[in-house]
Amino acid sequence: MSIGHTLLGLLESGPRHGYDLKRAFDEKFGHDRPLHYGQVYSTMSRLLKNGLVEVDGIEPGGGPERKRYAITDAGVTDVRQWLATPEKPEPYLQSTLYTKVVLALLTHRDAAGILDTQRSEHLRMMRILTDRKRKGDLADQLICDHALFHLEADLRWLELTAARLDRLAEAVTR
Amino acid sequence: MTAETMAPAGSLLAAHDLRKAYGPTTALDGASFSIHPGEVVAVMGPSGSGKSTLLHCLAGIVPPDSGSITYNGRELATMNDSQRSALRRSEFGFVFQFGQLVPELTCVENVALPLRLNGTGRKEAERAALTWMERLEVDDLKGKRPGEVSGGQGQRVAVARALVTNPRVLFADEPTGALDSLNGERVMELLTEAARSTNAAVVLVTHEARVAAYSDREIVVRDGKSRDMERIV
Repeated sequence: MSIGHTLLGLLESGPRHGYDLKRAFDEKFGHDRPLHYGQVYSTMSRLLKNGLVEVDGIEPGGGPERKRYAITDAGVTDVRQWLATPEKPEPYLQSTLYTKVVLALLTHRDAAGILDTQRSEHLRMMRILTDRKRKGDLADQLICDHALFHLEADLRWLELTAARLDRLAEAVTR
Repeated sequence: MTAETMAPAGSLLAAHDLRKAYGPTTALDGASFSIHPGEVVAVMGPSGSGKSTLLHCLAGIVPPDSGSITYNGRELATMNDSQRSALRRSEFGFVFQFGQLVPELTCVENVALPLRLNGTGRKEAERAALTWMERLEVDDLKGKRPGEVSGGQGQRVAVARALVTNPRVLFADEPTGALDSLNGERVMELLTEAARSTNAAVVLVTHEARVAAYSDREIVVRDGKSRDMERIV
């Protein structure tokens, strides 16, 4: 995730202090990974240097945490461009799991067992997310759904590979 | 060793080394299974792996060729047909992929049907049926016939019908297979909540990981053989 663009976007609704920005970020997007203060201030310094934000005011007491930041026109343009640019889909071509399965077949180990164990581990995570989703608000539900759909895709691959293990064994040991 | 001693301690329903063939086709080839009260166990595996046959054997619908099944300490094979039917009517509940509601009856009559078949009077049966329909959030459909409700609603009615006798084991065979994601999830939430609140065990046959994620653990059936993942990991 681009922290810089996200903080810029949060500034569009009005100027904020670094602390407010961190709180808004954590509340909406941080979930399991809250921002460190250091990340906020280093990001704001960079945005300031690049002219995407400006200091709107400094409260008495000094220190960087007292600065209030406002987004500039260049900053608004930058956020708009970022939102309009599609994210590059992950190609998912470097799969550790695939490597493990092939190595297991090459060394005559239990490849089906590797797939079963992985399925169980994926399901364990899916249970945690399903439970969190059940207890959470809409934002939580959507975040968990995103993760659940990805895990589900992995599981479908596991099933498909399990069904093709004999053919794969032939292919890799030929 | 007797069948009873092979059942894991505290299990409500257990099967050991089940084998079943339909002509030349082997459906089960040494499958085992156990479930405790209040537990939700997903039976997973690809199409044709034998998971539905396992469910049918566990529920006493189909007899295995060999192997043992014990329910609450009793060997199913020692029961006659009428005893097994009575067991299915009073102790087991069933939900299938398509609700299989009786089209001529209203939804509340459908839900009340298992109680009526057990001899409960109409008023009392429908009162109990309505309580379950409220829990499944379909009480407003009581006067409608199955053809007048959506797939998701019909499936919730089917879940209410399966639970109305307070079964100790609920068998669910691809219960969300015919539903979209949102409806499927709601059915699974309500089904597992309702089952847990009554300490019913749920045998959940599914090939969908998102549905299996509502379970406490899973067993995998492949080529008629079962693999209990809890004991492996």
